[in-house]
Amino acid sequence: MKTILNGKQLAITIDRLCHQLIENHLQFENTVLIGLQPRGIYLGDRIYETLKKLLPGTAIHYGKLDITFYRDDYNKGKTLHVPSETNINFSIENKKVVLIDDVLYTGRTIRSALDAMLDFGRPASVELLALIDRRFSRQLPIQPDYTGRTIDALISQKVRVLWEQRDGKDEVILVD
Amino acid sequence: MSLSVKHLLGIRDLQRQDIELIFQTADQFKEVLQRPIKKVPTLRDTTIVNLFFENSTRTRISFELAEKRLGADTINFSASGSSVSKGETLIDTVNNILSMKVDVVVMRHSASGAPHFLSRHIQVPILNAGDGINEHPTQALLDAFSIREKLGSVEGKKVAICGDIMHSRVALSNIYCLKKLGAEVTVVGPPTLIPKHIAAALGVNVSYNIREALQWCDVANVLRIQLERQNTPLFSSLREYSLAYGVNRQLLDSLNKEILIMHPGPINRGVELNSDVADSGQSIILDQVENGVAVRMAALYLLAGKKQDLQ
Repeated sequence: MKTILNGKQLAITIDRLCHQLIENHLQFENTVLIGLQPRGIYLGDRIYETLKKLLPGTAIHYGKLDITFYRDDYNKGKTLHVPSETNINFSIENKKVVLIDDVLYTGRTIRSALDAMLDFGRPASVELLALIDRRFSRQLPIQPDYTGRTIDALISQKVRVLWEQRDGKDEVILVD
Repeated sequence: MSLSVKHLLGIRDLQRQDIELIFQTADQFKEVLQRPIKKVPTLRDTTIVNLFFENSTRTRISFELAEKRLGADTINFSASGSSVSKGETLIDTVNNILSMKVDVVVMRHSASGAPHFLSRHIQVPILNAGDGINEHPTQALLDAFSIREKLGSVEGKKVAICGDIMHSRVALSNIYCLKKLGAEVTVVGPPTLIPKHIAAALGVNVSYNIREALQWCDVANVLRIQLERQNTPLFSSLREYSLAYGVNRQLLDSLNKEILIMHPGPINRGVELNSDVADSGQSIILDQVENGVAVRMAALYLLAGKKQDLQ
């Protein structure tokens, strides 16, 4: 087991990602944030809260999207995926959408997310924010626009993102 | 997580976790059904045949809609006008259809146990859409799902199942489902329409007094009188039945409490249920119909996902 980001580094990284978002989207009038279920929403929550602190008084739209019904492997594994809640109570039509996930690996989750998101409307553009980018592991031509940390990891290794509210501490670890 | 069963033949075979998994999945499908685009591509590689050997309107439409909303290809079969009328056996009919590479079978049959019989001969998942007077599992699931939606949970709730218990597959599936989820159940109706040993066999209360049962319950699930299944008359007239066991506004107003009214449909208006109740704010009959699509989507999703295990 190896630590990729400790709690302090994770906080600094999220802070930086938020500043990068502000640099590109300023007041977020035409931008919406969408966290991907189940694990991307923890990062999404953190980014949403940080942005609200950095931009007090600014209305930021933040939703949660589950992609279970759009997966290309829904019945390929030993057990079925249980869907999580989708909550997008705003229009994404002609909006700049920022998809948020914790780990970008093969790109298949993001492919499914794009499909799922398009059922809610036709956005003006879509960007991808990933906390960890496992480069050289992609199976589809998908790249992040905002990256917390880029890592090289073996296929046998797993990246686990721990969150204070769920796991008792903030940390990103590489598990053999 | 997966269902513990390969087929959905009845609620009797399910565990409480299975029912809760179906509800959890149906919650998310209900959200899908509220979207401008109500369709997902989940079962786009799946072909489902709806084998209806017995007449049905709402169940068949509900299943077909659920299948289409999941992106599946569907084939509809009805016994009338098919080779069944030429004497073809059930297994021959089904095997011929399955040879065309069908992945899931949804089946309704007038004979109790028909889908169970079929499940011993074919390898694809079977979903029972009602077999004789045995079970109607998806109706029970959508009924319990509707109670959970309106009252927050099924656990600890008091449910009266009213009317023709003897001939109702909805009643049997409902009893299994509600009991597994921790509800208390009373069946109420004329003695001739309530099986003799039902209390001991299924752990329900029995009442022959509709007023007492309604006074006791949180939810009344009023069943259709199934005259087509009565070989000999089991009550003197529909008018007498309506007077003794019909649920009407006057009766409900006299209770001094608000209860939910359910009915699996089709309603014999003026017999088991009066229009002033069926169309009132207390009635969740149309919610049941709406929830039926989400619950059937969930059941199909969870069963179709099991097909890999079967092959």
